[in-house]
Amino acid sequence: MTQNEQAARKKKIMHVVMWIVLLVLFIVFIAPFILVVINVFKTKGDITADPLSLIGAHGFTLKNFPEAMKKMNFWLVFMNSAIITISATVLTILVSAMASFVIVRNQKWTACALLFGAMVASMVIPFQVLMVPLVSVYGGTLGVLNHRLTLILMHVGFSVSMATFMFHGAIHTNIPLELEEAAYIDGCTRWQTFWKIVFPLLKPTIATVAIIDAMAFWNDYLLPSLILTKKNLYTIPIATQAFYGTYSTDIGLVMAALLLAMAPILILYVFLQKYIVEGVTSGAVKG
Amino acid sequence: MKRNTMSYKVQLFCMFAGAASVLFLAVVIIPFIYGIYLTLTSWDGIAKTKPFVGLANYVEAFKDVAYWQALGRTAIYSIFAVILINIVAFALAYLVTSGIKGQNFFRAGFFVPNLIGGIVLGYVWKFVFNRAFVAIASAIARGTVPSPLSTTTGAMVCLVLVSVWQFAGYMMLIYVAGFMSVSDALKEAAMIDGCTPAQAMWNVTIPLMRASFVQCIFLSITRCFVIYDVNLSLTKGEPFNTSVMAAMHVYNTAFTYKKYGLGQAEALILFAVCAIVGVTQVYIGKKGEVAA
Repeated sequence: MTQNEQAARKKKIMHVVMWIVLLVLFIVFIAPFILVVINVFKTKGDITADPLSLIGAHGFTLKNFPEAMKKMNFWLVFMNSAIITISATVLTILVSAMASFVIVRNQKWTACALLFGAMVASMVIPFQVLMVPLVSVYGGTLGVLNHRLTLILMHVGFSVSMATFMFHGAIHTNIPLELEEAAYIDGCTRWQTFWKIVFPLLKPTIATVAIIDAMAFWNDYLLPSLILTKKNLYTIPIATQAFYGTYSTDIGLVMAALLLAMAPILILYVFLQKYIVEGVTSGAVKG
Repeated sequence: MKRNTMSYKVQLFCMFAGAASVLFLAVVIIPFIYGIYLTLTSWDGIAKTKPFVGLANYVEAFKDVAYWQALGRTAIYSIFAVILINIVAFALAYLVTSGIKGQNFFRAGFFVPNLIGGIVLGYVWKFVFNRAFVAIASAIARGTVPSPLSTTTGAMVCLVLVSVWQFAGYMMLIYVAGFMSVSDALKEAAMIDGCTPAQAMWNVTIPLMRASFVQCIFLSITRCFVIYDVNLSLTKGEPFNTSVMAAMHVYNTAFTYKKYGLGQAEALILFAVCAIVGVTQVYIGKKGEVAA
């Protein structure tokens, strides 16, 4: 065997070893989900008797789903989550793209510098610092809790700094000023220039912001739980928490509820996996 | 058009940045400032009046043993979680960038825990620890083994494990971007100069990825310090309030015991600790950064 062949063989063995290590890690990573999936089709007694068997002694059952759906009010909370996530994401994108445009193109204005500086600085503030005053102002003084709109606007307010920061970077580096000047010469106003020239060019950043924010809004628990206390307004995470509090002993139903809570985003991930991973990566690296 | 008048500037600013400014001020800046004022009162969350008490809340916060225990616990938890998250994430990133078959599939798979909220993840793992782990351990030990969540140390270990599992996939993506940014030519040059692959990794790749380390460590510190969702669903502070983390303690003080002023003071202290640790880390990390 020549040295080259030997090296190639060594490399191949290395790859096989690494592949096996990866596979084992992968199984460890998704094991909790697999456990939920196998147990969701068993009766309560079978899960307690043996949580690891593939099929319970009483056989395969689907009855956990309809019951959990009914008790959790699944379609209602799903719609609440969807309405809140979609509106807040769209609003965040529109509002922050517009703000970043005026900030990038007028950096010498005091208001722009002040706003941008405050936004960047505010990104380190954890939500825990804001939750008490938020509840006391909007719950106590203004009394606007228990409205979806309140939560939507709050989501936007919290995410606007990060999104503006990302759009700021995108406009600053990717959109040449000459392009806008050409539009002004052709008679566009600032408003038209932004919507017809700048905004369409921001598509990659829009996708990134949409993915990051939509995931954050969909999964957020603490803020919605403080704002929405009425059952008919619950989002999926709050409903899951409330469900667990009431039915934690009925483990079959819990399994179904957990799977239902995870299903929408997992299904979406199967189709948009490439975009989500890319979006999160570019968001993480720039942020 | 008069481009330089004040009214033009105000108009343009309001048109584009008006909505963003109003929402940002209303949700972040005003509550932040108002929160500082709240720490000077002994408000109970219900009464119309907010009695001014000066710095009494801070004094009380410093005397609140349970709070400092929670903060200490959070620090210990964070140290273990941050180190493990970064080791696991770096290892995963190394494996999924080594050119193995199906690496994109693995990359997508390791990211899955990040798609799901902490509340749901916590309950999933609660099932794993309480049922599956107990079943396996009992079968091995041929007797009944209690759930790891029922002991003080066990609950903390479980919290660390779940956090590592939850965040490693996210940090992996940052490390993957770091690996990709180091050009192969540099590694090849090092190998030609006689480096073993391990030496090339240690002396070339890792120093060039310093920015990724700084960022990942910063992100994991700031996330671990304010852990709440998983804490709530996985352990709920049990057994006997020995797994209550700082954020949960703040929540309980303010909303369960209705001590809004004290809770807010404790939240600000938590923020200060978290910010000092995070900024120090970034400062130390950035100081020795090498440019490629």
